Amino acid sequence: MGRVSRYSALALLHGALTGQRHWDRAWRDPAPKKSYDVLVIGGGGHGLSTAYYLAKVHGITNVAVLEKGWIGGGNTGRNTTIVRSNYRQPALHNFFDFALGLWEGMSDELNFNVMFSPRGAMFLGHSDSDMTALAQRGDALRCDGIDAELLTRAQVAALVPLLDMSPSARFPVHGGLTQRRGGTARHDAVAWGYARAADTLGVDIIQNCEVTGFTTAGGRVTGVETTRGPIGAGRVGICVAGNSGPVAALAGIELPIEAQTLQAFVTEPVKPMIDTVIMSQSLHCYISQSDKGGIVLGGDPDQFPSYAQRGLPPRLEKAAAEAIALVPALSRLRMVRCWSGTTDMSFDGSPIISALPVDGLYLNGGWCYGGFKATPGSGYAYSTLLATGEPHALARPFGLDRFASGATVDEAGVGPMPQLR
Amino acid sequence: MLLIDCPHCGPRAQSEFVYDRTLDAIVQLAMVPSDAMTTLYTRANPRGWSDELWHHRFGCRTWLVVRRQTVTHAIELVRAW
Repeated sequence: MGRVSRYSALALLHGALTGQRHWDRAWRDPAPKKSYDVLVIGGGGHGLSTAYYLAKVHGITNVAVLEKGWIGGGNTGRNTTIVRSNYRQPALHNFFDFALGLWEGMSDELNFNVMFSPRGAMFLGHSDSDMTALAQRGDALRCDGIDAELLTRAQVAALVPLLDMSPSARFPVHGGLTQRRGGTARHDAVAWGYARAADTLGVDIIQNCEVTGFTTAGGRVTGVETTRGPIGAGRVGICVAGNSGPVAALAGIELPIEAQTLQAFVTEPVKPMIDTVIMSQSLHCYISQSDKGGIVLGGDPDQFPSYAQRGLPPRLEKAAAEAIALVPALSRLRMVRCWSGTTDMSFDGSPIISALPVDGLYLNGGWCYGGFKATPGSGYAYSTLLATGEPHALARPFGLDRFASGATVDEAGVGPMPQLR
Repeated sequence: MLLIDCPHCGPRAQSEFVYDRTLDAIVQLAMVPSDAMTTLYTRANPRGWSDELWHHRFGCRTWLVVRRQTVTHAIELVRAW
């Protein structure tokens, strides 16, 4: 039997007899060609899905993804893997729900198990005003046909029996708002699945290839300079959230984005104890249990500009204190690992999927601390922009011009002060 | 954790301080609206040295200029604004 690239139970069974040595490599390792129709800078989930949809939906296969390190080695591998679409603003929840729809069919479409687990994503309400805000959010979601279920205190207690519901609880739980279609996914698998699927369609994935400059002629981008030589391009899409500032600066562009550090951590693995995603926006605490059993916890960003990819201990301490107050049983678990990513904090908290002032140059960035859940939708919408020059209908509110026109999409309402978000 | 040497209080933990914005994002009253918008809404967002405005909010409440490296977190200079 020859090399096998399609994953199936039958192929696995066959491999059981041959030591599983018949598998092909998941994607090629090509040298960069002289030029491409479209270059995507950044081999994270967003860049790889962009390349995949360029090939799949728009039939543009002369595409390369340039990654300075290894694919999925940036924020794709540094998040808390939560997937949901329950934002208050219509522009946001319609866009993220389009992404959520793509998550639901992703494993089948990519022939790669991304372990999408729609176990529900629940916000906790800790006060009357929290509950009012959650009810408003739920109503806004349901007006657009997106599932949202307001839960009473008793329903929340039944869903997560380990929550501290005692009269002396540090953070009293008044109720919640859950999105049952939300959940988690295996973050690395998303990058690998899109890489493999894009590669199969002819996309070149070029790793260890850092972009060091742009070449332009007559105000139009003609290609990029890289650590592996110059590469020509018809269109260039920047897709490097976390590093949008430095990459855009290579083209002389300043953006409404500031980089900050966001960290997360995980405990030792234990038996299933929390089978939904618990979030509290009043506290800014995120709790979920990975399929391996570790409790994944996230909290606040560090709230000042940083590219360090390592966070400050007080943030971990705060997130841990909140998580333990909510679920006291967590206090007995040992923390085994913490990590940090660099977030592209945009100045209204919403992403930017837009043309830039240089012809042929585009930007996908500004995902703040919520980019992972958007991965398929982001790539889909960006591929539309890169293929046609026109924004995808759902990404129209996320143009760069919104900051000058005042039509910002600001869920938190704090303006150009990312440290307040 | 950053150790910020407040000119008034001496070296203090970063948790006493609050970052506000980079110095080039301070809007001057005399600016025309388009300049004010650009100043407020675009940032160099440097990967390297950055001049920033911090506030010793949980200390002496002095506004400080901090010159800081955004990758290593090294601090070169702290002075009153």
